[in-house]
Amino acid sequence: MPRWGMAVDLDRCNGCAACVVACHAENNISTVGADEAARGRAKHWLRIERYWEGEFPDVRLTFRPVLCQHCDNAPCEPVCPTYASHHTEDGLNAQVYNRCIGTRYCANACPYNVRFFDFFNPSWDKPLHLQLNPDVSLREAGVMEKCTFCVQRIQAAGTQASAEEREVQDGEIQPACVQSCPSKALVFGDLDDPGSRVSQLSRSPRGSKLLEDVGTRPKITYLARQSQA
Amino acid sequence: MTHPTGSRINNDLLRPLLLTSWRFYVLVAFFGAFVAAGLIAWLSQIFFGFGISGLRWPVYWGFYVTNFVFWIGISHAGTLISAILRLVNAGWRRPVTRCAEVITVFALLIGAMFPLIHLGRPWLAFWLFPYPSERLIWPNFRSPLVWDFFAINTYLTGSILFLFLPMIPDFAVVRDRATGLRRRVYRVLALGWRGTPKQWHRLETAMQIMAIAIIPVAVSVHTIVSFDFSMAPVPMWNTTIFGPYFVAGAIFSGIAGLLIAMAALRKFLHLEEYLHPVHFENLGKLLLVMALLWGYFVFNERLVTYYGNGPAEMAVFRQTQWQSFAPLHWTMVFLNFVLPLTLMGIRKFRTIAGCVIASIGVIVGMWLERFLIIVPALGHKYLPYSYGTYRPEPVEIVITIASFAAMSLLYVLFAKFIPIISIWELKAGEHPPAPDLVPPATEEHRLGDLRL
Repeated sequence: MPRWGMAVDLDRCNGCAACVVACHAENNISTVGADEAARGRAKHWLRIERYWEGEFPDVRLTFRPVLCQHCDNAPCEPVCPTYASHHTEDGLNAQVYNRCIGTRYCANACPYNVRFFDFFNPSWDKPLHLQLNPDVSLREAGVMEKCTFCVQRIQAAGTQASAEEREVQDGEIQPACVQSCPSKALVFGDLDDPGSRVSQLSRSPRGSKLLEDVGTRPKITYLARQSQA
Repeated sequence: MTHPTGSRINNDLLRPLLLTSWRFYVLVAFFGAFVAAGLIAWLSQIFFGFGISGLRWPVYWGFYVTNFVFWIGISHAGTLISAILRLVNAGWRRPVTRCAEVITVFALLIGAMFPLIHLGRPWLAFWLFPYPSERLIWPNFRSPLVWDFFAINTYLTGSILFLFLPMIPDFAVVRDRATGLRRRVYRVLALGWRGTPKQWHRLETAMQIMAIAIIPVAVSVHTIVSFDFSMAPVPMWNTTIFGPYFVAGAIFSGIAGLLIAMAALRKFLHLEEYLHPVHFENLGKLLLVMALLWGYFVFNERLVTYYGNGPAEMAVFRQTQWQSFAPLHWTMVFLNFVLPLTLMGIRKFRTIAGCVIASIGVIVGMWLERFLIIVPALGHKYLPYSYGTYRPEPVEIVITIASFAAMSLLYVLFAKFIPIISIWELKAGEHPPAPDLVPPATEEHRLGDLRL
């Protein structure tokens, strides 16, 4: 059984946010409109956190893409009263939308704030409503939604591989964010396969986990920035 | 000061049941209008979507959860205080116990509504129940919300029994004096009570068992409510002090609620000869003790956080102590500590009016306390990029006001249909060797003579 994870090379990330757009398009994440977004209702399963270092004019800008860390010890899972938030066998933090009753407890327990509540039924600014992905279900008002590592692509690749009677190859599965990253800052794959690119990068001395001391054991490794630019 | 006896007690305490004044209808209409407004607000939230509330990423819990904790806290007035006073056989408890116990039942009912109101999809709330499902899906027993479900249901069942048992002989009194439909209703409620020695013996035994059993239940309920917060890895939530801190706060706000209810009953039902200044005085001393205990817990929690100086905790700590939530925080400290300490600590101010002012302050202060536990922590959770804040929208304010109106409405209706002071217990208190109904004020005024 694979254990899906990701490595994020902060040296390569230039904060272009192509991953954010790709994530919205792939996962049918509704655009809530300018007013609602200004009220803090925007749902970016993946966001680019922007931090300034130093004092003006001697400042340095750093970016950090933050998405669900798919923790091995996820605080969101035990608190859900209905098992809507649960751990799959291949290590994903799954969210069963149909089982969610909207206590929003998982979002409170999540140290990364990567869970989003649907305050209204989904709607899109035209013509975005014409490009919905048929592989991803829409979420009605009152449920939590979050990054799935594009579970529909993981499933499709697994089905394709078993039809061809072979194993899933490293790099065969690309979540939308990974596929769209122009600088190849994001790498996805099986952490239990020691030869995969993601597990090689995860073992890098540059690697660290986000909020590791909270004890969540995240499956995303951030490779520290080394360039001075 | 006169001691009402025998038929005088019956006449005084049954008067609200048998005679209806226009004031009753005005009060019911007044509170009922607010409750109706609250229902409309909730229905519109379901109809238009949860977005009409002020909740936003990352503060996903706001007024509703504050109200939930607040009302469950208020429910600790009654049953717990009444059970303790019964067990130590404090003579002055007799006119107080029932108006306390009924607060518990109603506050629990109102408090238990808020988890439903706050659900994203409230029509699926039954998924929290461990009902036999053909899909073999059970609720997640690791979730503190499921513990809440069991804790609150246990406490509610126990509190209703605890309230109902001593009402049986009083239902019989009403049955014997009423006519027509009223007689038939109270006959059913009196469960065939005849006042035989065997029945009295069984009632006393049942009351003793309930009084002992309900105390650990009451303590556990608010501990489990505190687990909703302390089990999550959120800065300033994840702390071991929350269990006792919440229980102390609950009893504190509960006593305040009871004092306000007693003052209102005394005034509107003309129970001056039953609810004496000494009752307020004794409960005022309890309020003073709980204010000190509350201050001790807050000091502990804050000092340990400050001394530990963890970056995540300090971000929340700074918000509450001297940044955006500071005005609310220091108002809370004044209302929960300075005000009750001054009014209840100085004997001159420990009058009925003083008790009511202190109690209103404590009610507001304890509501703020729950708000300040929930919102600043959620808004300042670890990553500075995802800091956020929260402002309530009209729907939440209306529902909050409606919950207070619902409490008042239920209380008015209860006092209309059931003797709000236990008639038989009052009569039992007249006969020696039971303590006097009204101990000499000069003796009882000293803290050392508090029969606790």
